[in-house]
Amino acid sequence: MARMKFLCDADRCIECNACVTACKNEHEVPWGINRRRVVTLSDGKPGERSISMACMHCTDAPCAAVCPANCFYTTADAVVLHSKDLCIGCGYCFYACPFGAPQYPKVGNFGSRGKMDKCTYCAGGPEPDGSKAQYEKYGANRLAEGKLPLCAEMCSTKSLLAGDGEVIAQIYKERVSRRGYGSGAWGWQTAYGETIAT
Amino acid sequence: MARFFARIRMIAAAFGLLIVIIGPASSPVFAQVDPNASAVQEKQLLDKLKTIQGLGTIPDTKSYVLEHPAGRDWQYFHNVTLRWIAAIAILGFLAVLVIFYLVRGSVKLESGFSGRKIVRFNWFERAVHWMTAVCFIILGFTGLNITFGRPLLLPLLGAEQFTAWSEWAKYAHNYLSFPFTIGVVLIALMWIAGNIPNSTDIEWLKQGGGIVGDRHPAADRFNAGQKLVYWVVVIGGGLVAITGYMLMFPFYGTTIDNMQNAQMVHGVTAALFIAFMLGHIYIGTIGMEGAFEAMGEGTVDVNWAKEHHSLWLEKETERTGRPASAIPAE
Repeated sequence: MARMKFLCDADRCIECNACVTACKNEHEVPWGINRRRVVTLSDGKPGERSISMACMHCTDAPCAAVCPANCFYTTADAVVLHSKDLCIGCGYCFYACPFGAPQYPKVGNFGSRGKMDKCTYCAGGPEPDGSKAQYEKYGANRLAEGKLPLCAEMCSTKSLLAGDGEVIAQIYKERVSRRGYGSGAWGWQTAYGETIAT
Repeated sequence: MARFFARIRMIAAAFGLLIVIIGPASSPVFAQVDPNASAVQEKQLLDKLKTIQGLGTIPDTKSYVLEHPAGRDWQYFHNVTLRWIAAIAILGFLAVLVIFYLVRGSVKLESGFSGRKIVRFNWFERAVHWMTAVCFIILGFTGLNITFGRPLLLPLLGAEQFTAWSEWAKYAHNYLSFPFTIGVVLIALMWIAGNIPNSTDIEWLKQGGGIVGDRHPAADRFNAGQKLVYWVVVIGGGLVAITGYMLMFPFYGTTIDNMQNAQMVHGVTAALFIAFMLGHIYIGTIGMEGAFEAMGEGTVDVNWAKEHHSLWLEKETERTGRPASAIPAE
């Protein structure tokens, strides 16, 4: 089985936000929620870099560990998913997440935040694959159709990579050795406890 | 003409030589440009700031934080540290109370019930006490559910029932925090006068408060033990209220770090608060004969007042200008 990961090659990201838009459109993500976003560091200064970030589908995911209702589960492809039927909207996953991935439809309405929403790696939720219920709660299930997450698939500079961790790490390594530089796999150390030696 | 071509050849050769000499010296200038030389580095940023923040293009400004690994530490606290602190504090203190009850037994009213009553808490004081107490018990159970529900209750109820219960528990926890906070504020205001520590408390503590041993040290309206309960309620209640509202209103002037810290203070304070209140419940019910009616009916037996709050009884008798027996027993 593959161990699915995201990798954003910061030296290629041009901050076009197409991944953000594609994600919102593909899953019909409600207003106010962004499953993916692009963060620009040192904006306007030499050495500026942009990184597209979403749920990293961590190894030993902190969200799953702290959830009081145990609503998270990890798929055979190591994708971290959750059940909106079991979520109680307490907000603990957001405290624990290193990447700010979990979001809530209601912010600060006496703590009744509503059901948590986050990136599903285009893999839906616990409902039957391709069902209407699954689409309405979690968005499209591309993985079940044999497709990779849309954000990475349509990235214009192929900065954002999705797929088996070893495969995308190899692609990144080859890129770095050919062009002679690389600012590393952002978030990998935090998410997976390992980084890519370049 | 031939001379002209010879001159051209010579110039061309000179240029050629020039390129050969300058060429190798100038091309490394291009090779030295490293597009990554000044680029931001993840490890450096994390080592320096513990968090990586940039700029984004969506209105949700908190999403501009790219990475914040501190959640891993908080995870350990929530899943391991807090569970140990709470379990040891609550079960440990409960065990102490059970052993104490078995060894010491209930504190009996030595002179027996006289049948004459004296008002100890008026209806308002009792209403505030019970409002706060009921809220506290519900808040305690629903709060423990967040920390211990998953390992203890979830396997018994099953995922769906547990979520249904936990969601209601969360609503109860959030909404009952308001009457609880009002109760704590009213308790703080209405009983502050009798709860300032003074010299009587030192003597009371020296004699073990009459709980350990059989003596009955003098006490005013509130003895040193009750004063301790008062201050635990005021300070502990204040702490859980403040940190609780920080969690209930996320990002109202707080950051993720603030909320993680608030949750830690909230959890530890609440666990110690619950453990301490077990002692309060014990002494107010099975731990002491004649104690419950003070908060139950509002009156206590005069003999009880004489044994446990002698100074208060004297003052009350003086204040009302008549002996306590003037209040008839039913």
